[in-house]
Amino acid sequence: MLRILQFLYRVRAFLLFAFLEFLAIWMIVANNSPQGAAFFNSSNELVGNALKKQADVVQFFSLADANAALVEENASLKQELLRLQVKPDSMPLAIDSTLKATFEFKGARVVANSLRFSQNYLTLYKGAKDGIKPGMGVFNSQGIVGRVKSVSENYSVAFSVLNTSLLISAKIKSSEVFGSVQWDGGNASEVQLLYVPRHVKARKGDTVITSGFNAVFPEGLLIGQISKVEVNKKDPNYLAITVKLSTDFSKLTYVYLVENTQFQEIDSLYRQSDLINEY
Amino acid sequence: MNIRNLISYGFLILVLGLVQILFLKNLAVFGHAFGFLYLLGLLILPSTIRTIPLMLIAFCLGFILDVFFETIGMHTAAATLFAFLKPIWLKAASPTGGFDEAEEPSLGQIGFGRYISYAFPLLFVYALAFFIADQWGTGGFFGVLSKSFFSALFTLMLTLVVQLLFFSRKRGI
Repeated sequence: MLRILQFLYRVRAFLLFAFLEFLAIWMIVANNSPQGAAFFNSSNELVGNALKKQADVVQFFSLADANAALVEENASLKQELLRLQVKPDSMPLAIDSTLKATFEFKGARVVANSLRFSQNYLTLYKGAKDGIKPGMGVFNSQGIVGRVKSVSENYSVAFSVLNTSLLISAKIKSSEVFGSVQWDGGNASEVQLLYVPRHVKARKGDTVITSGFNAVFPEGLLIGQISKVEVNKKDPNYLAITVKLSTDFSKLTYVYLVENTQFQEIDSLYRQSDLINEY
Repeated sequence: MNIRNLISYGFLILVLGLVQILFLKNLAVFGHAFGFLYLLGLLILPSTIRTIPLMLIAFCLGFILDVFFETIGMHTAAATLFAFLKPIWLKAASPTGGFDEAEEPSLGQIGFGRYISYAFPLLFVYALAFFIADQWGTGGFFGVLSKSFFSALFTLMLTLVVQLLFFSRKRGI
């Protein structure tokens, strides 16, 4: 018995090492499961505050760009509004309830963003206090950005599209063929459009948008343009399509969040029928 | 290790950690080589610090970085491995008779050639552990290998520059 204890004492450094490594790997696994509760991340108040201070300084230098983008977007929204305004000589019809707005939008500021890892996240300066919930979609005027993962009082953390565990339902605008967009962990300006069958004619330059089939993003948000079409080497039934992202992830300052007010209903319906919902 | 040294090492690690969080977070040369400058703080801790306290320091340091970088567990795992290997490697790579007990393995103390042969393999192992954790199941093996190699090289250069610029010849800091 004594010798066992002596032996354990002699290898104590290694035992502690094994224990600490186990702890670290457990943290990696716990953090990377999309549904798993993340205890430690930058939505923590203290860390969020520090990151916000940093963003205050850094984003000051990109204010001009952010302003220009906002002005541009304002202009296009104004135009849209003009088109939608009811003409005085027409009679408004009571619309069917199925067409009522199911999406709600909010704006938020990005205080931290990474694009160099294979699991990238954004930290947003809006939290549960402002009605942000896990599962909301994130986009900006250029295109989609990600999806909210966890929320604290004042901050929230979102998966970036540049995160290999995020799948987004997408379609090719011209042909209405749908697939899933996923990042492969390589180039930070390109994603892959998966599950497009081989008979589909996809051309370089075609626009890829969100399909609206999932409950997170409304239909028609821009994802990017097809930059390369090849036959999938692993599974020749499908095409391997590379999409150039329209969003510039290195210059994110302000983003919009979208919530589907009927998400619960759709999600529970999916669960009932044992479907895995992609985002 | 007197109290003055303790404070100066603490200060050094704090500064390096801040630099890492504030400036080196999104920096990657050609999107490929990362700078893990904060490891300098662990590298030059004197050889009198034993494995167990060193590992605990590394674990805490890695964890703090992870919280800021949103890479929970990855820096922690790599830094713990780094700290576990450091005393072993230092012993193996030191000249016969070993270093002077209180000596710190910094550039000014052990010289250019020996510093590189001491620091580079450790940095490489760190980067390898980090990128394996990061790219698990996604990236190819050669991608991980080349990323690790160039990150270790870039980090080594950073540590050399910092030591040449800010460290006085006689004392560590």
